[in-house]
Amino acid sequence: MRLTCPLCGERDRREFYYYGAEDYLHRPSEGAPLAEWDNYLHLRDNPAGVTKDLWYHEAGCSQWLLVTRNTVTHESSAVELVAERKA
Amino acid sequence: MPELIAKSALDGRSLTLGHVTLTEAEPGPITSVAVYPGQGKAVAKGLKTLGLAMPAPNSFVEKKGARIVWTGREQAFLIGVAPPVLEGAAVTDQSDGWTVLALSGAGAVDVLARLVPLDLRLTACPVGTALRSQVNHMNAVILRTGDHAFEILVFRSMARTAWHEIEAAMQMLAARMGMKF
Repeated sequence: MRLTCPLCGERDRREFYYYGAEDYLHRPSEGAPLAEWDNYLHLRDNPAGVTKDLWYHEAGCSQWLLVTRNTVTHESSAVELVAERKA
Repeated sequence: MPELIAKSALDGRSLTLGHVTLTEAEPGPITSVAVYPGQGKAVAKGLKTLGLAMPAPNSFVEKKGARIVWTGREQAFLIGVAPPVLEGAAVTDQSDGWTVLALSGAGAVDVLARLVPLDLRLTACPVGTALRSQVNHMNAVILRTGDHAFEILVFRSMARTAWHEIEAAMQMLAARMGMKF
């Protein structure tokens, strides 16, 4: 598996650390209902198809990356910098 | 206060095997420049006094013994000179934190091919390229300084390990060359 870091270019899987689903970028606001926190912390989809998740380029530019990939075809279609993503 | 004597990690040692030479380089001061959000212009002004600018990703630029190396998003290492006054950036002295190994010779690229998961051939990695990657499992910054020359920055604490790994790759390569002729 290879990921194309927006800064460093195409790199080997060994340079990246997997964190988890994109959901971690959408932290509920303070005082949000418990169900929302429960969803944020524990409930994950397990899609056969397109999914978005967070990777850390630990052996490269040390940036968090938002990777769009397909769990069926193993194609990764987009890699964005979390730091430069529009909220 | 007495003047302390700066010592490099490997005493400037050097080794030649076959067509490849590995030497500990003495780069001079290393300063990290991390630009605060939106402060690019202020930093550019400070760097201009050296005739330099923040480098593009995966590159380094050299001018009159001063070198600026891309090391991450909005971050660079200024090497070889004392830093000018820089507004708008976190400036930290990293000189003691790094060891620089210079690898040169016709086989240098073949040595690194055994250790680095990147295409370092001249076509893919021209002179002036700076890459953050790994030498085996060690994080490193790899500079293409010449057609047959690289400089490899590793954490000082990993200096002897890095030397050992590269020397082992050099030995294997030299042995192979020996078999051919």
